Amino acid sequence: MKLEKFSYDNQIVKMFLFATILWGVVGMLVGVIAALQIFIPEMNFGTSWLTFGRIRPLHTNAVIFAFVGNGIFAGVYYSLQRLLKTRMWSDKLSRINFWGWQLIIVSAALTLPLGITSGKEYAELEWPIDIAIAGIWVVFGWNMFATILKRRERHLYVAIWFYIATFVTVAVLHIFNSFEMPVNFLKSYSAYAGVQDALVQWWYGHNAVAFFLTTPYLGLMYYFIPKASGRPVYSYRLSIIHFWALIFIYIWAGPHHLLYTALPDWAQSLGTVFSLMLIAPSWGGMLNGLLTLRGAWDKVRDEPILKFFVVAVTCYGMSTLEGPLLSLKNVNAISHYTDWTIAHVHIGGLGWNGFLTFGMVYFLIPKLFNTKLHSKRLANVHFWIGTLGILFYALPMYWAGFTQALMWKQFRPEGMLLYPNFLETVIQLKPMYAMRAFGGTLFLIGALLMVYNVVKTVKVGSFVANEDAEAPALEGKYKSHAGENWHRWIERRPVQMLVGSLVVILIGGIVEIIPTMLISENVPTINAVQPYTPLELEGRDIYIREGCNNCHSQMIRPFRDEVARYGEYSKAGEFVYDHPFLWGSKRTGPDLHRVGNKYPDSWHFHHMLDPRTMSPGSLMPPYPWLFENELSMDDTEKKISVMRTLGVPYEEGYETQAVADLQAQARGIQASLAEDDLEISENMEIIALIAYLQRLGTDISNPEFTESNQGSESAAN
Amino acid sequence: MLKFIKHHMTTIDGIELFPLISFLIFFIFFLGLFVHVFKMKKAHVEDMSNMPLSEEPVQPRQNQ
Repeated sequence: MKLEKFSYDNQIVKMFLFATILWGVVGMLVGVIAALQIFIPEMNFGTSWLTFGRIRPLHTNAVIFAFVGNGIFAGVYYSLQRLLKTRMWSDKLSRINFWGWQLIIVSAALTLPLGITSGKEYAELEWPIDIAIAGIWVVFGWNMFATILKRRERHLYVAIWFYIATFVTVAVLHIFNSFEMPVNFLKSYSAYAGVQDALVQWWYGHNAVAFFLTTPYLGLMYYFIPKASGRPVYSYRLSIIHFWALIFIYIWAGPHHLLYTALPDWAQSLGTVFSLMLIAPSWGGMLNGLLTLRGAWDKVRDEPILKFFVVAVTCYGMSTLEGPLLSLKNVNAISHYTDWTIAHVHIGGLGWNGFLTFGMVYFLIPKLFNTKLHSKRLANVHFWIGTLGILFYALPMYWAGFTQALMWKQFRPEGMLLYPNFLETVIQLKPMYAMRAFGGTLFLIGALLMVYNVVKTVKVGSFVANEDAEAPALEGKYKSHAGENWHRWIERRPVQMLVGSLVVILIGGIVEIIPTMLISENVPTINAVQPYTPLELEGRDIYIREGCNNCHSQMIRPFRDEVARYGEYSKAGEFVYDHPFLWGSKRTGPDLHRVGNKYPDSWHFHHMLDPRTMSPGSLMPPYPWLFENELSMDDTEKKISVMRTLGVPYEEGYETQAVADLQAQARGIQASLAEDDLEISENMEIIALIAYLQRLGTDISNPEFTESNQGSESAAN
Repeated sequence: MLKFIKHHMTTIDGIELFPLISFLIFFIFFLGLFVHVFKMKKAHVEDMSNMPLSEEPVQPRQNQ
């Protein structure tokens, strides 16, 4: 048995780990600012760049892709080398992976506050950045696969299967959800419209949670918990079931984000059923993680790393029980659009991802720097402050979610809404919002303690960039023995594992999406629904730029209270020209789908200039820049022709007339404002936004409202 | 009004087979998975679970 000498690349692990810490602090800081803005609108400091609608995507992207993303790379680059007994295949690719990813993060941090966004949740980045993400992701996968192929360890440990599935699935999701048509270098329209866009977006959005925030971190769990506790995983058999069941089922659950919307009923049921099934593998995984510590609980008492891991895995269990419960239609009827969802994602984000990352940092830094952690006590303090932070974050949000949902649904005995004014239900939540901001601040303080601890540790340690190791080479031929089953075979074959994972996730994706794509009957046509006028289209782009959909939904569910509050419930056919769809997923403000013609133009004018003049006590920030910026018409023609390419029926050659039509409509709005003594030039952005808001949801009240779907009235009962 | 949210896909021929096929795919897949997991050799399972802890590569054992 000849031993080969080689060395592990610790440099790349260190780089990713530092990036994780840096972006973690940034992401949490932005989160705290957003949390403050929700009850103190002035916290945007009067600038457009820091308004909540732009800050919120910045926070989600920073936490998901910058903090957790770098955490994934740090953990994978460390554990992969050691599990395969080999150095990464190419140092150069590792570096490209690192710098490319940081560049993407920086470009996100620059574009999002400027309002450059595609408007799709967790996929807000515009098309050039989308292409860069795909490229860097391929570099990562290529490097990982080449490393696997030159391994010195025959079998692939379960953590690596999770890494492989992560790579494959994120690639598929990102590419399919990013089909968009560029208008210019920083503006594009989603290739899908309305219901289809919603379905693809949430197939992506939910699986970003599954395959970016969950599967890679489960891989890290299966590596770092045994490492930190010195005990093998509780049940390797269970981990196999956990893996296949999770990737098989997760991919189907996306439609649970669209319950009671205009999404076809069958797709909603599909999402619910699969979400419920997900409890089994998720809890199998949680138990496998926790039971790994059986007989080692005494270590948990004095080892902060294990404390972090225990709470992380517990939060994983809580989140993955809660997720399926939220997917039950009767529960979702209460939770959807409220802060309950926010509480749910933060149990996952702060608890599962945050704490697992912290544990990993405390484990790796001393290892990489060949020393002991500067202060175990401080790490323990971090643990307790962080845990308190999670509680102070989540509990008020649960309270807020329930409170608001029950207030929305409350009727008087006479049959009118008890709280017809949406604002009453928001004002009620202010103390909860303040407590949430406090919880987030605690969590951030904990992270800053970690930064201090890491800096002190690094100062005394001595970093070893290349850690020496030795292992026997893999013999060229493996003699399979009689009676070996298929799984042993696949454990040795990474390429087959990749293909297997791909097939498994594609089954779910195909069944969900293809029927809705192909069959026109899925979206009944409504003749009265017409494309947006050029001015409304420009106004819609301002709505997207300002991130209005981060607080306002455009989807009225078929409930008595929603119909009483907002008007006729939303139909699938009303969204056929919406590239992208703007249904939203949270109502910090009221739904806007039927806001058209509800108020005079002058109301919107005053409201956008200072919301509190029209709604005293409103938590919406003012938008003075819409009254100072001239509407750019440079791309109006291009926008019309891009929309036509995507299937919106503008007449051939209409773009030449678009600008003239736009100006005529703008003058009309200017005149209606002038009647109320409001003087403003017709070229201002606010005019376009008012045009769009006044159009919303009005098509079906058109007198010629008929539908061309086959099916008689009697069959509809 | 209900026709806008009901009767999707009812026009597809043989649609009733879809759920049945889905069920069979799942049932067979998971049945196979469980059978496999219970048939795994104990020695191999132990080797695999110790992988993160051992600095040595797993040696192929004889007579597995």
